[in-house]
Amino acid sequence: MNDLILQFCNIEKSFFGVRVLKNVSIDIQRGHVVGLIGENGAGKSTLMNILGGVVPFDTGKILLDGKEYAPHDPSQATHSGIAFIHQELNLFTNLSIAENFFISDFPLVGKIPFLDRKQIRAKAQEFLSLVDLEISPDTTVEKLSPGERQLVEVAKALSQDASIIIFDEPTTSLTARETEKLFGLIKRLNESGKTIIYISHILRDVLQLADEIVVLRDGEVVKAGPKSEFDIQKMISSMVGRYLGTLYPERTAKPTEQVALDVRGLSKAGIVHDINFSLHKGEILGVFGLMGSGRSELAQIIFGIETYDGGDIIVEGNPRNHRTPVKSIQQNIAFVTENRREEGLLMTSTVAENMGLVALPHFTMPVTNVIRQKSLIDAIRNTVSLLQVKVNDAFKNQAKGLSGGNQQKVVLGKWLMNNPSILIVDEPTRGVDVGAKYEIYSIL
Amino acid sequence: MAVSSQNNQATFVSMLKNLPRRLLLSEFFIFYLCVALFALLMPFIPVIATPYNLSNLFSNIWPLYAVAIGQTFVLIIAGIDLSQGAIISLTSVIGASLIATAVDPAVFGQSPIWGSLLFEDGAVLSHASYGVAVALLTMIAIGLLIGFINGAVIAYARIPAFMVTLVTQMFFAALAIYFVKSENIINLPKGFTVIGADSGLLSIPLVMTIVLAVSAQFVLSRTMFGRWLYSIGTNIRAAVVSGVPQKKVIILTYMFSGFCAAVASIIYSSRMEMGRPTLGAPFLLDIVGGAVIGGSSLSGGKGKVLWTFFGVLFLSLLGNALSLLNVPFFWIEIVKGSVILVAALIDVTRTRILQYNV
Repeated sequence: MNDLILQFCNIEKSFFGVRVLKNVSIDIQRGHVVGLIGENGAGKSTLMNILGGVVPFDTGKILLDGKEYAPHDPSQATHSGIAFIHQELNLFTNLSIAENFFISDFPLVGKIPFLDRKQIRAKAQEFLSLVDLEISPDTTVEKLSPGERQLVEVAKALSQDASIIIFDEPTTSLTARETEKLFGLIKRLNESGKTIIYISHILRDVLQLADEIVVLRDGEVVKAGPKSEFDIQKMISSMVGRYLGTLYPERTAKPTEQVALDVRGLSKAGIVHDINFSLHKGEILGVFGLMGSGRSELAQIIFGIETYDGGDIIVEGNPRNHRTPVKSIQQNIAFVTENRREEGLLMTSTVAENMGLVALPHFTMPVTNVIRQKSLIDAIRNTVSLLQVKVNDAFKNQAKGLSGGNQQKVVLGKWLMNNPSILIVDEPTRGVDVGAKYEIYSIL
Repeated sequence: MAVSSQNNQATFVSMLKNLPRRLLLSEFFIFYLCVALFALLMPFIPVIATPYNLSNLFSNIWPLYAVAIGQTFVLIIAGIDLSQGAIISLTSVIGASLIATAVDPAVFGQSPIWGSLLFEDGAVLSHASYGVAVALLTMIAIGLLIGFINGAVIAYARIPAFMVTLVTQMFFAALAIYFVKSENIINLPKGFTVIGADSGLLSIPLVMTIVLAVSAQFVLSRTMFGRWLYSIGTNIRAAVVSGVPQKKVIILTYMFSGFCAAVASIIYSSRMEMGRPTLGAPFLLDIVGGAVIGGSSLSGGKGKVLWTFFGVLFLSLLGNALSLLNVPFFWIEIVKGSVILVAALIDVTRTRILQYNV
């Protein structure tokens, strides 16, 4: 029985003259979980943004429950029963859970515009129980873990009576337990008749959850069908268009005996305690830990963004204890952040402006600090092509127009231009697709 | 043939339709507005186009533009400098009190600087040949010092710029009035007043300001410091992680702002031939407004020296026109304020068009 809740028919979309969605047609059955996969830049986010009313499509048709659907803004999408749980969560961290639920539609006391707090709390409690979250609705969102925040977002979607729920990379910030909880929730939602669109780079998860899988590549639907037609290899090769032998490239360099970085007894109250390790030249040291274990904080301390209470950090034999980013950069240490939006990139600046930021002192004339334009431009061009950053014009396009994976490459490129001898890389492939991951691993 | 002429028509029409948008987005938009305003006003107040009025207008513009250049730098790092008016006042007073050739004891006898800077037969340096030079250097030094204080407190104590510069504004403006008991210091030597004197087209203020403007724009567009300014204004956290020495840049920027205010004060004081303790008071609106009208954003990351010129030109032209039309003073201020509000709205719209291109 064909009960199509949603149909994309020949959708076309271009941005700045670049065709981003080409003749996309997808049928989605009511009550199914559809996994949407594809490399960064393949068009997944754009397609979902169209569905969610964030951007309009150029030509084509969308049928929702058989009727034409062309939302002008996100609130229209919400009223039509479509909920979008974004990768970067859209909660107000300084407000309580209940306030977040009702931000656009507070229940009032009679006709006076006073908030009916009792009703708000009661209703919020209802929605929280739908997602099995046992937290008071008066808690400020700031205090919640990423996993809990995500559940709040889902609850919000349910409170708005969504019939289609879109999850965009939901598990990137979740612990293993929270992921299990989310999957259980998705199953329950599915059983109660909701249609789910699940976008993720973790192919194993998609394979587990989905009834159907749709693969986008370069703006086109290259393969769509029931789960039985797919396995991990097939998913990867459809996404990338070629056969990827392995997920990780061969190691060619070997660690030497020389110590590049030595950390002894590093401590900071409440964050890290007595950290000791030695990093040798030519070595890749992996730091692994659950969320909240202090990995990112450790990286920030070593680089100099955060202070520490006790211990020594010795760079190439010299103790360097008063750390600032400026000093670390002088010591040829690079820091590729996990948080590219807030710490890694100037979103409204061009790709070239971002690329040149760290290495800038190397491209200036001695006294006056005038920039040597030509050598800087050449160096930027080299780095862009070395990392294969997909951008039309690095000197005109803003960083925020790039896909997540390409943005990450820009961050990496910015640091590489400074010729670092020690690289601190914190979750470099967060939200990056398989193909770009491989490229980034190769570079490392 | 019919097809190609149809195509030509189509592109011409689309060009016409795009014209408003292209105009709006052009860097010279404010300049076009100035020209339009001027053309609009000529039939009503032909006196606006006379050489006398124009030279008067521009001699007001140069010092205003000089100080607005400093404000532009501060705006680019998403800050604001409310103390420039006080710097103008204080430097005017101190500069004059170093070189006044004749001082009336009846007026200044009770002032705190009587006996140390001001004497019966003139100010402390009025008889020295190097007096004017020292006065100029002192004025600049004061501007740099107040700028340093602003910048250091903002950078190290992390108090918002608005608060810090408001406090320094209040303190130093009061200090200026205190030093001279609200009286103007007159009888300044020729060596000083010649700076601001009317000398035809190429006056000293014009040259000073243009040199300042060109150097400032060069720094913004061609040096590492300029790039650092923009990056701090766009995303300070990412800039710090990328190694931009944030505290140093902030301090230097506010010092530059103080420097520009001192330069403007030199021009104003020499033109009026006196040290005025309230010299800088009326200018704040024009300074910040000029920069914002020109296109610099209050939230940082955007700004160019040329844009500020257009903004200052527009605001000054407007003020000039309104006073020629005999509009009462407070109405002029209201109109100017409304124009600045419209400018801010236009800025937001421009940003939106550029971002979405829809």
